Amino acid sequence: MFDFLTSGQYDVLGAFWVTVQLTLYSAIGSLIWGILLAGMRVSPVPLMRAFGTAYVNTVRNTPLTLLILGCSLGLYQTLGINLGGDTSKEAGFRLAVLGLIAYTGTFVCEALRSGINTVPVGQAEAARALGLSFFQVLRLIVLPQAFRAVVGPLANVLIALTKNTTVAATIGVAEAALLMKEMLENEADALFAVFGVFALGFVLLTLPTGLLLGWVAKRVAVKR
Amino acid sequence: MSGVSVTKDVQDAAGAADDLVVLSNVNKHFGALHVLQDIDLSIARGEVVVVIGPSGSGKSTLCRTINRLETIDSGTITLDGKELPSEGKELARLRADVGMVFQSFNLFAHKTVLQNVMLGQLKVRKTDQAAAHAKALSLLERVGVASQADKYPAQLSGGQQQRVAIARALAMEPKVMLFDEPTSALDPEMINEVLEVMQQLASEGMTMVVVTHEMGFARSAANRVVFMADGKIVEEATPEQFFSNPRSDRAKDFLSKILHH
Ligand SMILES: Nc1ncnc2c1ncn2[C@@H]1O[C@H](COP(=O)(O)OP(=O)(O)O)[C@@H](O)[C@H]1O
Ligand SMILES: [Mg+2]
Repeated sequence: MFDFLTSGQYDVLGAFWVTVQLTLYSAIGSLIWGILLAGMRVSPVPLMRAFGTAYVNTVRNTPLTLLILGCSLGLYQTLGINLGGDTSKEAGFRLAVLGLIAYTGTFVCEALRSGINTVPVGQAEAARALGLSFFQVLRLIVLPQAFRAVVGPLANVLIALTKNTTVAATIGVAEAALLMKEMLENEADALFAVFGVFALGFVLLTLPTGLLLGWVAKRVAVKR
Repeated sequence: MSGVSVTKDVQDAAGAADDLVVLSNVNKHFGALHVLQDIDLSIARGEVVVVIGPSGSGKSTLCRTINRLETIDSGTITLDGKELPSEGKELARLRADVGMVFQSFNLFAHKTVLQNVMLGQLKVRKTDQAAAHAKALSLLERVGVASQADKYPAQLSGGQQQRVAIARALAMEPKVMLFDEPTSALDPEMINEVLEVMQQLASEGMTMVVVTHEMGFARSAANRVVFMADGKIVEEATPEQFFSNPRSDRAKDFLSKILHH
């Protein structure tokens, strides 16, 4: 029943490796983009606040499939933007990462913003009173405390991101979901086995993330 | 302005030569509430001014305008002869010269006591690590909490936290220290340990603006008591005069309430 694993016809591990890479690059990018967006949303500059709010509300409510297709059809096929990926395979991977960052960044931003709300105003006031600049207050005082408060929610974002990488299949990135689709077509008699293998694969990726970050969340919590 | 031999008389536009903080004709509103009304107040170098008055009279707001945590609608505030800058780097530099101690301590919760006292030195004054460390330790020694240096604020008592907060402000070598009800959030048995530190600062010549209802402190450390009510300065006097013989009815009424509880 699990012949498809040993037949050598499918590279299941390879496909999951692409999933892991998609997740890693997107996670790092989303974290940076999310911090920038959160910075804009709490900034004293009205224009930045307006941009942050408009961006988050638009992108967060757009289906991910649309964003990723937009990256591929709009940026790549229409405008020829390949993000430095020479082959169309490479370009597809990079565009998928771009779409995932654009989307996941909004969730990181909102998680962080709720974290920022847990930091008492007095913390920022004391920091300003010392003569720290807006960016120093954010970087040294507010964000570190905000992060500690939202490790749990950020873990959920990471888990959702891991699963969302499957949307990259719609533009042909050879990650786990694309291989699964191919296998389901070829191995119709082992339908449930194929499903099982891929479901297990994702659980193996996400479960440790949740456990590890749950432990971290407890360790870094700020005591008041 | 060039720094070359400007005579005292020329500088004088903002007030007497040795006035460190000068508020003139300051007004501020919170929406419809006129929280500061035509405030004129000059604080001389080395002077200790106690601000007293009923809750909601604008004492905290007054304090906070001096380092521009609150903006003002009209009037001027000068520090050491210079008007408060409104934004950016200049403002940050001004704030570094004005120490502030809050009612709720506001120690940085994710940093140790030592890091709290080092942070401003490292990031604002750009002091090197070793010097900042040494200074932080000696300040913690001075306020009597050196043994707690590696703990986090939440592990300290309120009195200890407030003394660390004072050390944190002193680490910037401020020209003036603002205290907004520094002992109001403390259990009674911890009030004295904080007042003693403030008392010592006052006797060393620090310029201080202290919002407090601690009459013992006002009597022994203050040069002047400023009584506020409804956003106005109603009365200014020496502590002796003010507590034994207040002139205004508002002050008499207020004192009778806090004296006989
Ligand atoms: N940020 C604010 N927004 C609106 N009203 C405020 C704000 N801060 C203080 N107030 C109001 O201004 C008045 C004076 O407050 P405050 O300066 O804190 O008085 P005090 O310190 O003398 O008790 C109060 O009525 C208070 O409710
Ligand atoms: Mg107050």
